[in-house]
Amino acid sequence: MIEVNITVNGEARTAEVPPETTLLTLLRDWGLTGTKLGCDEGDCGACTVLLDGMSVNGCLVLAGRANGCSVSTVEGLSVDGRLHPLQEAFEQHASLQCGFCGPGILMSAKELLDANPSASKSEIRIALSGNLCRCTGYVKIIDAVAEAGAKMAAHGGQSNG
Amino acid sequence: MGVEGIGARVPRKEDKRFITGKGRYTDDMSVAGMCKAAFVRSPHAHAKIAGIDTAAAEKMPGVIAVLTGGQLKEDGIGDIICGWMIHSKDGSPMNMGANPALAVDTARHVGQAVAVVIAETQAQAREAADAVNVNWQELPAVASADAALAAGAPQIHENAPNNLIYDWEIGDAAAADAAIAGAAHVTKLEISNNRLVPNAMEPRAALADYNAAEDHYTLWTTSQNPHVARLVLSAFYQVAPEHKLRVIAPDVGGGFGSKIYIYPEEIVCLWASKKAGVPVKWTADRTEAFLTDAHGRDHITTAEMAFDANNKMIGLKVDTIANFGAYMSLFSSAVPTYLYATLLSGQYVIPAIHCNVRAVYTNTTPVDAYRGAGRPEACYVMERLVETAARELGVSPAELRRANFVGEFPYQTPVIMAYDAGDFDASLNAAMAGADYAGFAGRKAEAEARGKLRGIGMACYIEACGIAPSQAVGSLGAGVGLWESAEVRVNPVGTIEVLTGSHSHGQGHETTFAQLVAERLGVGLDSVQIVHGDTDKVQFGMGTYGSRSGAVGMSAISKAIDKVEAKAKKIAAHLMEAAEGDIEIADGEVRVAGTDKKLGWHEVCLAAYTAHNLPEGMEPGLKEGAFYDPANFTFPAGCYICEVEVDPGTGHTDIVQFVAADDFGRIINPMIVEGQVHGGVVQGIGQALLEGCQYDPETGQLVTATYNDYPMPRADDVPSFDVSTTETLCPNNPLGIKGCGEAGAIGSPPAVINAITDAIGNNDLTMPATAEKVWRALSASAVAQAAE
Repeated sequence: MIEVNITVNGEARTAEVPPETTLLTLLRDWGLTGTKLGCDEGDCGACTVLLDGMSVNGCLVLAGRANGCSVSTVEGLSVDGRLHPLQEAFEQHASLQCGFCGPGILMSAKELLDANPSASKSEIRIALSGNLCRCTGYVKIIDAVAEAGAKMAAHGGQSNG
Repeated sequence: MGVEGIGARVPRKEDKRFITGKGRYTDDMSVAGMCKAAFVRSPHAHAKIAGIDTAAAEKMPGVIAVLTGGQLKEDGIGDIICGWMIHSKDGSPMNMGANPALAVDTARHVGQAVAVVIAETQAQAREAADAVNVNWQELPAVASADAALAAGAPQIHENAPNNLIYDWEIGDAAAADAAIAGAAHVTKLEISNNRLVPNAMEPRAALADYNAAEDHYTLWTTSQNPHVARLVLSAFYQVAPEHKLRVIAPDVGGGFGSKIYIYPEEIVCLWASKKAGVPVKWTADRTEAFLTDAHGRDHITTAEMAFDANNKMIGLKVDTIANFGAYMSLFSSAVPTYLYATLLSGQYVIPAIHCNVRAVYTNTTPVDAYRGAGRPEACYVMERLVETAARELGVSPAELRRANFVGEFPYQTPVIMAYDAGDFDASLNAAMAGADYAGFAGRKAEAEARGKLRGIGMACYIEACGIAPSQAVGSLGAGVGLWESAEVRVNPVGTIEVLTGSHSHGQGHETTFAQLVAERLGVGLDSVQIVHGDTDKVQFGMGTYGSRSGAVGMSAISKAIDKVEAKAKKIAAHLMEAAEGDIEIADGEVRVAGTDKKLGWHEVCLAAYTAHNLPEGMEPGLKEGAFYDPANFTFPAGCYICEVEVDPGTGHTDIVQFVAADDFGRIINPMIVEGQVHGGVVQGIGQALLEGCQYDPETGQLVTATYNDYPMPRADDVPSFDVSTTETLCPNNPLGIKGCGEAGAIGSPPAVINAITDAIGNNDLTMPATAEKVWRALSASAVAQAAE
């Protein structure tokens, strides 16, 4: 067993886990089930979270690797009940259907817009190419990310204000 | 329409939980003491099981139980059924091989479950499953349907000689032959429809909890039809009596048909929960999903279309071999028969049609309905034929279609279906306008200047949805009726719960169904709650597939609303001393027309429950139920036009424009409908360009069992779309709805392939049209041209 200390969505957490435990498994064991297991092979992106601000597949990162790091998941996207512009735009565009890929896509999109809120649609498509969605054809997702980016750009890149 | 009623683009009520990570899917569920299951699966496509040694596995850490097919059989658990009887043309019933949930004597495809390990953790269960020692005696295997029919092929089920399940026909063979013999022109094609893996993003999962004290089972499962699951688990598999089994399908992460069926893992988890005395959870890994989710399509077809001297279609003859895999899945038998051959009239008047279908066992994963289910295969045959014929005849593909369209409704085809309404010219015109069809030549020339080959292709599809009139499908062999049920419960404060037998796994029912209630009863969407997916809450239902939830599920709700409305009006008329016929319900009020007399909706509802002053003899309360059995199928139809650019150096295809014009009848929420079209079209583009199962022909191994080997459409693979609708209302249901869930996957593959073959000048191209295949086809046509 190894001890891991991870700050998840701003909250310090500790666990003793077998060394083979992935970050995805640990997050879900902590009750943060928004992050999904879709393939467990790093191909589908349903488990995308931000590790120190960088998007990773939670299924490919060992929990021990995240020791001492800060992790952001979909559960931390809204602050004090205020939706993130991405969440607002996804809702307004009916971007999701079954919802399963949504948490991972939102986190990939957050990484993109945090760096470049003015990303073009082709840049958005490339940024989301690691996230599979079987329902939507991506169209309304791309539209929503572009709209959220425009809103964030108008607020100087800030997301919740 | 109100701001939240029928036709309004309101955001989805379900999205708040999805965008915040609060969706609750089966794998998110936990119960105290829950253990994990791991299945031991066949590594061989065809092998005898000479023995299973579980001793080592049983001693491993955390292991609670190791259970085999022999024990399952001893406990009287029934074999998996196929729910639709098809008879061969000689009158004999289909040859169905036994399909046990855990193989006992023989495994017939890679991935078939033979035993299960229940352990405290997932890792322990998987390690112990690896330690189960199965004594395999490998047998020769066969993967493709034509090879399985050949003389000397390995025999898969004893009761299916030559691996033939049925040899079925529809239509008039003599008339079709005569039409072809006397035709001015015949277009003939060999067509294969590639095998697909549905790949819902949520892997299948099951959590079974047996409560010994109450002798009661609860099953959370990834199902499109929890009531059908309960019925089948109880009546056929005898896992649990129906009244002692609660099936819950919570948030379900996509289905596309693959979650209709009741799979071995659901049966085994329920059985094992009692046997091992612990709650049991199983979640598929992605390779298990590739190997065991029912696959789709896999047809080999020869088709001939005959024209007279005026380019009128006079006959069609189709011969299809359908690969069913190693076992008959729940609705497999209906797919290449009543969901396929009955759509072979397309949008056209064709006086003589004949189709023969042979269904065949192979050592592959079972095949069943996948988004469109038979209708994409029919549309692909028809629209490849028509486009090819236009090229051969030297006429416009659009005008050849138009000249043969069904123009008057109702129209009885020679293959059972009676089209009730439509306007095929309207969707063709809308698509051609949207695509600037007339301007194509200019775009082609411009592309040529850039070194690209530009092509255009169209497809005019029709499908049969609103599945289905119970009596009609019963007469065709269905084991169930395909009606739907609903209950509308109005609370004393006027809020409303709608219980529906439809199941939403991405379709947005919680919003769309609530919009109907808002429209009819004049309340806000926030006052309406849609309840579905739980057999303890909703009495019965047939679930969601075949684009049936709008046309059938909402019709049931509409009927229940009729009854609620009638009773509310009686109460209001009594309270306001007015005539019942003068009462109007709108905007949260119940009014007497032409006067200023009115009551709040909530006041009428409260009066129903206080029962202080109800009309003489009226029962208290305001709650009504309805069953709706459709009078006919519905017939969504439309026209898709695709433009591609092919790089002649690499064979890479870019879809540069895709226009869809659909007639879905009445639309409740256009935003949701657009999403259904987008998703369906991308699945169709996936079939056309990327996806396809590859089996090793010798070993029967599925070579494409991961996302690395089976490419799925990604955000940077596909274009945006121009999506529009035309509208003719379905005359056979109260809302005029036709259905929109499958159209995209039906119409897009032929549109894409017609466009690529136009671009490269070679019609000999199979799906998926990978860059390599396109490049080879292009090279072949260049060689052919040079030789001329």
